[in-house]
Amino acid sequence: MATAPELDVAANPLDSFRAEARAWIAANFPPSLKNKDSSLSSLEGPTDLSADEIAWKTAMGDKGWGVPGWPVAYGGGGLDKAQIRVLQEELARAGASNPIGGMGIMMFGPTLLEYGSEAQKQEHILAIAKGDVRWCQGYSEPNAGSDLANVQTFAEDAGDHYIVNGQKTWTSGGQWADKCFALVRTDKSQKHGGISFLLIDMTAPGVEVKPIRMISGQSPFCETFFTNVKVPKENLVGREGQGWEIGTRLLQHERNSLSGGGGASRLFAGKPMGTLAKEYRGADDKGRVPDSDLRMRIVRHEMDSRAFALTLRRAALEAKSNQGPSAATSIMKNVGARITQDRAELSIEIMGMAGLGWEGEGFSEDELTQTRTWLWGKAVSIYGGSTEIQNNIVSKRILGMLDHQ
Amino acid sequence: MAALNDEQTMLRDMVREWADNESPVTAFRKLRAAAPVEGYDPAAWRALSEMGLPGIVIPEAFGGTAFGYLSLGLVLEQLGRNLAATPLASTAAAASAIVLGGSDAAKAEWLPKIASGAVIATLAIDEGPVHDPAKISASVSGGKLSGTKAFVAEGDSASVFVVAASDGLYLVTGDTGVTRAPRHMTDSRSHAQVTFDGAPAERLGDTKLTAQVIDRATAITCAEMLGMAEQAFHTTNDYLKTRVQFGQQLSTFQALQHRMAKMFTELELMRSAVEGALEAIDAGRSDLDQAVSLAKAVASDTLHLVSREMIQLHGGIGMTDEHDAGFYIKRARVLETMWGNAAFHRERFAQLNGY
Repeated sequence: MATAPELDVAANPLDSFRAEARAWIAANFPPSLKNKDSSLSSLEGPTDLSADEIAWKTAMGDKGWGVPGWPVAYGGGGLDKAQIRVLQEELARAGASNPIGGMGIMMFGPTLLEYGSEAQKQEHILAIAKGDVRWCQGYSEPNAGSDLANVQTFAEDAGDHYIVNGQKTWTSGGQWADKCFALVRTDKSQKHGGISFLLIDMTAPGVEVKPIRMISGQSPFCETFFTNVKVPKENLVGREGQGWEIGTRLLQHERNSLSGGGGASRLFAGKPMGTLAKEYRGADDKGRVPDSDLRMRIVRHEMDSRAFALTLRRAALEAKSNQGPSAATSIMKNVGARITQDRAELSIEIMGMAGLGWEGEGFSEDELTQTRTWLWGKAVSIYGGSTEIQNNIVSKRILGMLDHQ
Repeated sequence: MAALNDEQTMLRDMVREWADNESPVTAFRKLRAAAPVEGYDPAAWRALSEMGLPGIVIPEAFGGTAFGYLSLGLVLEQLGRNLAATPLASTAAAASAIVLGGSDAAKAEWLPKIASGAVIATLAIDEGPVHDPAKISASVSGGKLSGTKAFVAEGDSASVFVVAASDGLYLVTGDTGVTRAPRHMTDSRSHAQVTFDGAPAERLGDTKLTAQVIDRATAITCAEMLGMAEQAFHTTNDYLKTRVQFGQQLSTFQALQHRMAKMFTELELMRSAVEGALEAIDAGRSDLDQAVSLAKAVASDTLHLVSREMIQLHGGIGMTDEHDAGFYIKRARVLETMWGNAAFHRERFAQLNGY
């Protein structure tokens, strides 16, 4: 919001809320944090928080506005959609970012609100809302990636607790997490029906975490090993055997956050490829990108991006206009991945050797970032349901094509 | 599907019902066999005219409905699904030129006749086999237009021509100085070489208007292509569910499932691009030229893919004249070529963006 809207409190209750939000932000947001990204919600690990950062996080946590839509009873803001939009506008206006984020907010919290017992909600939701506890996701295993229901980590019934043994992998932020929501097997006789949803304390004896170094040089993921880890039975969410249902519900929250408004808008950030190309390659006597093949591939990519942007807009309009969920949403993940990867490949090609620097002298910061972005981008078509899994979903659910008999 | 208002939803459903009941692909097959000189079924055109469709982009003051380009696109999409052979696209494109550039007298005389369906109008722009608006040599002197126009759609029946000369657009009505030679094309639709030899012509506007009108013609062509691509895809999807080989429906083979999923993905992008161009025209957006080039490039590539795959996935039956697949691929290539193919529009998009 570039300009301050006129406030007419009497005429519109939303304006009254806007006034309240604006005043509260002015009173609580430390000016030193203006226009700074929140480091807390990233997967890059904990950083030493400044006193101002701690103050802002505490204020937002106490107010419940880190999770504005969650119920007040569990530490949320209890705001409706219109109020949340106003709050976001006012935060943006002040240059403030939400200091409370991560997997607890995006995926686990909403799922626990739906499936958790009252005691579980009291214990966990409040801490998530305050940003005090970091959660990680214990889903994938070495032999359960795209075939997630093949999880083998076993939780053996030992009376008032389970004994958990097994290995998880691709645990995002596992090395910094306090707790883990995990899919474990409680019954080996059936595949989907033998899975349960269990909450595991990452500091419990028998939990071991090893960061995985990726091709991009970063280590945002871990392997997590469970060796005779004792987990109290009150940490079971839902019933034994209900884990697949709960776990896939959580994945819907994950996909929404991966392909929805927030992630997608980042695709269109940055320089147009044509501008980047002229910076690195110059222009021919007619002012064109001199490599005609590259020039046309840039055009194809830009067209693909624009058609995707139009599709995001169309899907949002269709959803609003009561036509039910748009079929277009089923293609978002794959097209978003394709555009992200094409953009990175084109960028490094345009930059030549300068786009392949690893570290140190002789490269700009943007160039070094580009190398890592390009490599990290290869994950986009793998995580959150690979491109192939998405194609299965489209062909079966949208096109009605059946499994082999 | 764009977010439609009630009027647009009713229009779409009405035309879809008409096309399915009165103009299925079998109607086009019969038309091809009968081969009427005008290249379309006059009874079908009367039916569309009674629904008010030729006046969709014509103001109400001149007998139209002024529903706009997205609405026209919805109609052409429904007609395109069944390959309904009508002069609607050509007539509407020519009408847009008169709406944008015509004198009050020209509007009053021609728009009501076009809106009622009494008169077939068309654009006569290109002079060679490849769309090239920069290469127009037709010229006007003393109010008389001379030049030869190639592959004019509905050129066999049109009595109102909107003609591009090197300095802009002109309106030619009547037969004086106009001769037509039919060009029998693979899509069995009406195309003709039209020669103007000192034909009386009224000026509509400069080459800017020519470009504006071509953009409109291109966008509505894309809408017909969208309907064709959707139907070609769904016909293929249905076939894969009925054809059994190795004791399995073809649709159970993952290699085919993923090909279909990818085509579906491209179709969704195509719909967004095409509807985006039509909406840009309705909104009078200043970058509608880019939106149109995006739409035509994406539409051409996608219809090309889907029409090829329609034959491949049907196998031998798709190669036979008895099957509809041939109709779709033949019309597809004509529309891909018309108003510039994908490569033309990628180059134009590059220039518009300064790449």
